[in-house]
Amino acid sequence: MNGQLPPEVERDKDAILKEADGLLKDPGKRRLLGNLLTLGGLSLATGILIRDEQSIKKILERISRFNDDAQAALFDPNDMAPEYPRSEIANPFPFNAFYPLAKVPQVDAESFRLQLSGKIADKRAWDLPALYALPQVSQVTRHICVEGWSAIGEWGGVVFSDFLKRVGADVTCKYVGFKCADGYHTSIDMPTALHAQTILAFTFRGQTLPTWYGFPMKLRMPTKLGYKNPKHITEIFVTNDHPGGFWEDQGYNWFGGS
Amino acid sequence: MQEIDRTSIHPWWLRMVHWLNAAAVIILILSGWQIYNATGFMGFKFPPQVTLGRWLGGGIMWHFAAMWLLWATAFFYLVMATFTGRWKRQFWPVSPGGILRDLKDTFTGKLSHADLRVYNYVQKAVYLFVMLDIVVLICSGLVLWKPVQFPTLRTVLGDYEGARLIHFIAMVVMCGFIVVHVVMALLVPKTIKAMLWGR
Repeated sequence: MNGQLPPEVERDKDAILKEADGLLKDPGKRRLLGNLLTLGGLSLATGILIRDEQSIKKILERISRFNDDAQAALFDPNDMAPEYPRSEIANPFPFNAFYPLAKVPQVDAESFRLQLSGKIADKRAWDLPALYALPQVSQVTRHICVEGWSAIGEWGGVVFSDFLKRVGADVTCKYVGFKCADGYHTSIDMPTALHAQTILAFTFRGQTLPTWYGFPMKLRMPTKLGYKNPKHITEIFVTNDHPGGFWEDQGYNWFGGS
Repeated sequence: MQEIDRTSIHPWWLRMVHWLNAAAVIILILSGWQIYNATGFMGFKFPPQVTLGRWLGGGIMWHFAAMWLLWATAFFYLVMATFTGRWKRQFWPVSPGGILRDLKDTFTGKLSHADLRVYNYVQKAVYLFVMLDIVVLICSGLVLWKPVQFPTLRTVLGDYEGARLIHFIAMVVMCGFIVVHVVMALLVPKTIKAMLWGR
């Protein structure tokens, strides 16, 4: 230890120690030093927080994953989203996508086939008449957008859990993923996929789903925010590997439940 | 050599929870403005420079992270204030007459802040009011976050859009409190030091 000290420090060692000791013995000076250290520590911490944006982002992402788990724990399959009278349906119901109205994909109804993949026993593709022939339900529920607005709409289609069971999906898997004709993709947790109000919707207000609302079909979940409700679905897959999503990979919360 | 008064004006747990709560509230307000700006349902937008998170997704991440800190500080305060008898000691009695008298003294410059341990009636009323505001913020926030999972709260607060409006108004109330609180803390000597180091 002694040998590592620079010669001038070695020479003045006793004086330095004495001075530091004296400084700390005066309560006023001690308090000042304490205050300065506290302030210094606080500014240092703030400086690190502001400069190291990557590490902040990582912490926030970790908390977002924790929030996924918290929401999964809060989720109760018996809790139903409120249903509203048809008179409360928003008119016009807002169009919202990551592109303008002019860029909405035009899907050809004749040649369209819904693809199934992943942990599904019967992967045969479905055409639209076959899907329309399944038992249909409808709901008037509130669509809640992450951007700070909500609107009530009416969607009709097949109960998604019925469809999953019909095609032999492995419902013990964790996730159901969706690929869409507009390049959008997202995924949901299995408990929400099996929720009674989760429907594969083909109609809006009793009419065939207009292109701007997601023709030929969208997944309608009143228990999740709008960006979790994919439009223009072309492929459904069941998996245990976290599939992420278009907005979710950029920072939106993955569970996105309401 | 002078003696240091070792007794704290505010107990350690109160000082700790005060600053953690302040951090949570400031993060929540600034990230909340970011989230609000995505639509601006009140017909105006906050200047982007004073918002937190760079974009909607970032604002949401901050908001739903600081939310846990707010819950934790609120819960910790409620438990400690109950356990240590702080409710009764600091906030009782609080009477309309006393509040009116102290309000009059406030505006005539006669209100005493001689002993920082003792809350005057205006302080009592304002602190209780802002605690209630935090409860309203938490409840309306829960409805905005999980409307399906908290059906009773959702109904009480006037459905989803009612909760959004209440959350916004409670935020404005909180901002008003912060302005008054900071101005008073700067005007009355030694309050900030007392809340930092206890003396």
